[in-house]
Amino acid sequence: MHPIALSPTDLAVGSSLIFLCALLSLLLSLGIHRTLLWAAARMVVQLLLIGFVLRFVFSVGSPWLTALVALVMAGATTYEVGARQDRRLTAGWHYGVGGGATVISTLIIVVLALTTALRPHPWYDARHALPLTGIILGGVMNSVSLSLNSLFNGAVRERAAIEARLALGDSRYAALRDLAAQSIRTALIPTINQMMAAGLITLPGIMTGQLLAGMDPVSSAKYQILLMFLLVGGNCCGAFAAVFLVLQRLTDKRDRLRLDRLHSARA
Amino acid sequence: MLLDVRNLGGKLGRPVSMTLAAGECLVISGPSGIGKSLLLRMIADLDENTGDARLNGRSRMAMPGPHWRRQVMYLAAESGWWAETVSAHMQPLPDAAAFLPRLGLRADVMDAPVSQLSTGERQRLAFIRAAIRKPAVMLLDEPTSALDPASTGLLEDEFSRLRQTGTGLIVVTHNADQAERIATRRLFMTRDGLSEAR
Repeated sequence: MHPIALSPTDLAVGSSLIFLCALLSLLLSLGIHRTLLWAAARMVVQLLLIGFVLRFVFSVGSPWLTALVALVMAGATTYEVGARQDRRLTAGWHYGVGGGATVISTLIIVVLALTTALRPHPWYDARHALPLTGIILGGVMNSVSLSLNSLFNGAVRERAAIEARLALGDSRYAALRDLAAQSIRTALIPTINQMMAAGLITLPGIMTGQLLAGMDPVSSAKYQILLMFLLVGGNCCGAFAAVFLVLQRLTDKRDRLRLDRLHSARA
Repeated sequence: MLLDVRNLGGKLGRPVSMTLAAGECLVISGPSGIGKSLLLRMIADLDENTGDARLNGRSRMAMPGPHWRRQVMYLAAESGWWAETVSAHMQPLPDAAAFLPRLGLRADVMDAPVSQLSTGERQRLAFIRAAIRKPAVMLLDEPTSALDPASTGLLEDEFSRLRQTGTGLIVVTHNADQAERIATRRLFMTRDGLSEAR
């Protein structure tokens, strides 16, 4: 492997594309040049910053520091999962359910991968653990927020149907089964699309990165396959955990529907 | 006593007690928004509440919620449907088919998509859906609100039939004439709770 090192000049040449776009926006008064430049500046700063942070974390090699960084990432994911929902669970449950599903599923998949397929030494080596955590969190974030969205909106929309089943003597699980299944399906559609398109329509990011860094195409394909499996596993886990936790909260021990525990986010 | 409701409270103002004998039809009336639907839902244990309800002496707390609701069945004023066709909601299906002509419904209504039915048809079908499950008590919330006089009469005939087989009925209605026709006993609901008919 001989990755081609990028010099500041290389990046500067690349950035001319951003300036070109901004110039076009200015000439044609599209009005997006400010946002474009701001977003590009943020992206550069954020990525360089994380580069330096990771360089530091890798060199220290402390499992506690690694765990702390992973925790911050999981916290940010939990916030994002809850942030754009139309409806919210009352009290701390909203972030509790989103965060619980996110952390549980990511933890399972990352630990599984590090102790079986990847096996770096030591197994918690930050160079492997953190990028893996990031990738899984990104996928889990989408599947958890999609399943929450579908379940919250569905429960309100289908209230009469769900309550009709409960009134006729069905259990809460029977009454909400269709909705739960539909929410999990909705959450997994992007994941399935991603697998279908992999290699045919898009070269996934991991593989592209490894190819550019000089890795053998078949080896990088294998890496990508493993990561896809992990991603799908994480997304499935996340969607199931989110739906299960929400069902506990939206019903009670007497098998009642508890929409009083769900309210609309301020418009 | 078939149904014995004791100190049922919660979001209702004052706790409520009442009894219902087998074959009785208890009609509850009172101003809109006073909590009549809520009362029925609480008896069925569909909304949070305090107090107790017993069926033939057995407390509902001695059984899971769904077991209780299979015997003490609430029928909402607006029916909810979870499958595409009517027949998917009916169990047992043959009993439902036998019911149709008695309520003035076409035989092919069973295969119809629920979305194509009128409100009145849905209301009668929701009654059938509940009745064929043979609960001991039916809690009927404005059961004829969407029906014309002829269909209302047919449904009231079914109420008598159910009473003859020992089913207990609690009916919430705003229709005073209907209350006169079907009630064996009447209660009025006010802010102070339930009181016997004047």
